[in-house]
Amino acid sequence: MILALILVPTLCGAAAFLLGGTGLRRALLIGAAVAHAGMTALAWWRTPEPALAGWLSLDAPGLLFLSVTSALFLAAAFYALGYLAFEPHGNVTDLEEGFLFKNAPEAVFISCMLIFLASMTLVTVSRHFGLLWIGIEATTLASAPLIYFHRHHRSLEATWKYLLICSVGIALALLGNFFLGAAIPSSGGASSLLLDELLRGAGSLNPAWLKAAFVLMLIGYGTKMGLAPLHTWLPDAHSEAPSVVSALLSGALLNCAFLGILRIYQLCGAAGQGELCQKALLTFGLVSVAVGAIFILGQSDFKRLLAYSSVENMGLLAVGLGVGGVGTVGALFHAVNHSLVKGMLFLLAGNILVVYRTKAIAPVRGLLRRVPWTGALWLAGFLAITGTPPFSPFFSKFLILKATFDTGHTTVGVLLLFLLAVIFIGMAKACLSMSQGAPEPDEPASPARGWLTVLPPAALAGVALWLGLGIPLRLVSLLDAAAKALGGLR
Amino acid sequence: MKLEWLLVLLVLSDLRLLASGRLGAKIRTVAAQGVLLGLVPLLGSSGYPDAHAIAIAVAGMLIKGFLFPWLLLRAVRETRVNREVQPYVGYLASVLIGLAGLAGAFLLSRQLTPLPGKATSLLVTAALFSLFTGLFLIISRKRAINQVLGFLILENGVFLFGAGAMGELSLLVELGILLDVLVAVFVMGITLFHINREFDHIETNRLADLKD
Repeated sequence: MILALILVPTLCGAAAFLLGGTGLRRALLIGAAVAHAGMTALAWWRTPEPALAGWLSLDAPGLLFLSVTSALFLAAAFYALGYLAFEPHGNVTDLEEGFLFKNAPEAVFISCMLIFLASMTLVTVSRHFGLLWIGIEATTLASAPLIYFHRHHRSLEATWKYLLICSVGIALALLGNFFLGAAIPSSGGASSLLLDELLRGAGSLNPAWLKAAFVLMLIGYGTKMGLAPLHTWLPDAHSEAPSVVSALLSGALLNCAFLGILRIYQLCGAAGQGELCQKALLTFGLVSVAVGAIFILGQSDFKRLLAYSSVENMGLLAVGLGVGGVGTVGALFHAVNHSLVKGMLFLLAGNILVVYRTKAIAPVRGLLRRVPWTGALWLAGFLAITGTPPFSPFFSKFLILKATFDTGHTTVGVLLLFLLAVIFIGMAKACLSMSQGAPEPDEPASPARGWLTVLPPAALAGVALWLGLGIPLRLVSLLDAAAKALGGLR
Repeated sequence: MKLEWLLVLLVLSDLRLLASGRLGAKIRTVAAQGVLLGLVPLLGSSGYPDAHAIAIAVAGMLIKGFLFPWLLLRAVRETRVNREVQPYVGYLASVLIGLAGLAGAFLLSRQLTPLPGKATSLLVTAALFSLFTGLFLIISRKRAINQVLGFLILENGVFLFGAGAMGELSLLVELGILLDVLVAVFVMGITLFHINREFDHIETNRLADLKD
């Protein structure tokens, strides 16, 4: 079944590229998304058999990230239907600068979406460091054409930065993989880079090479995850990609890179090098939250605002992991919550962009009156992402903060509280002014894009609310198992 | 012994890449690097190389030594640029910085002990120096093609360490890695083509609309 999880989207992606017919392609997109979500749901009840001699198998962290990816992709696929139905064929007018451009063919868009899903699935199920690397690199390559869907100079610049910065990062991570291989003692150690074998012989790994491997992988995958100061591609790519792609980049791709860091962290913890890793993660995390706060405050573009909020949240994940203990659970839970809420916010940003024809915050007024559903959800999303109860991000942020004080990182905790308050103010200023007020009376009637662009974000908001009101026991035990596997909880 | 000669050649070719401004010559140097790198898995093993080493050597040589240079030379012809006129860092300064980087690579490779398997200290030095050269070229040159070349040189450094020091990584993984790099260069090539069409030039310092 693990193989099916990867093969179904891959084959559907190839079919969507090769076969003609708009209807068929869209059916393939929805079909693959539903089938993938169905198989993922099944994996919650029956752990799938390992495949390819143990190279592919699902453990607790893998299942957690697979589920998030699959759920978000399902929402994005339905949204994409509404989005693609609306996108005109032929020349498109740029919403910001007014010039004409063309979109990439829909066949390329849909097949890249599906291959993107397949590569993210590969990341979540691989137990071999080399395979994990291949998966993460494949996510970069599959998503680059998606960012360049609108073929104009801004998206091209964003794509180039994304490709180059992430490829360099990933190349460093590859060297990290080789260094990890060099850490294995010549006799009596693991015979390959399989995670399970490495964990069994963790004690005999050479510390110098292992530390170097961790640093390289943290930098490499951290670039992909958007940890400051390696985040420079992130705001550009997220703001220039079509909103449905931004939702997947922020909600699913960043998590996959985080999983890459989790794997090497897990190994370092088992080898008794956890302390160095935690210090490095804590530093990167705090810098990311601070950079997020600085650029959120006074941000004038709402898609970039969301992108910097992603940098901040990735920083929180790193801090949670860095302080350890219950912070590990908090970080994992927050990864789930951030994906749900940020995915929803980016989808809504797409709706706002279409109605108001601008990505600037200032001209957007009166969302609640002009587009009531999108406006209400936008407001809910703002409350959720800044950590207001009863939405689930409140609880995960609370867990991370609690862990900083519990483990004696008082300065970190106080600093984090301050930065989160700054971010709350920055986001509130932007989001409240967008939703409140009266819309300009003489604006042209906004084109309606139908329920398909409102229901998916509404569903994501519903899940975030549900997880906040009463987190299901199955999820608690999965988070627990994942944190134990990572060595966060004893 | 043979391997050491090869490593010296690699280090020298890196220096040449730092000093050269002509794109055609640079691409050929990177191609030569690719062929030299293809030899590394063969020299590493004692006695006759096994099928695994030969497969990696052939795949590496074909992709790095012939396919990439062919793609890039085509790109140079299409875009009609043949040299970097004004890099951010001049060529003489680049070579001096490169020499400092080489010294750093020597120092760093002393720190990483014990060396795995068949690796020699010079191999680690050469790999790290290629890494440094690639990174430096990416940040110090404006032409997009130069940045792709920088990425390839960096990748060559990683490959050198992988092929020379590891040897025993599984065939599937190594081929997967080569394939990934291949697709990466391909996607970069396509993007390069689009940049050229959109802007009529491929200087990345003009790609500067997006910022805060």
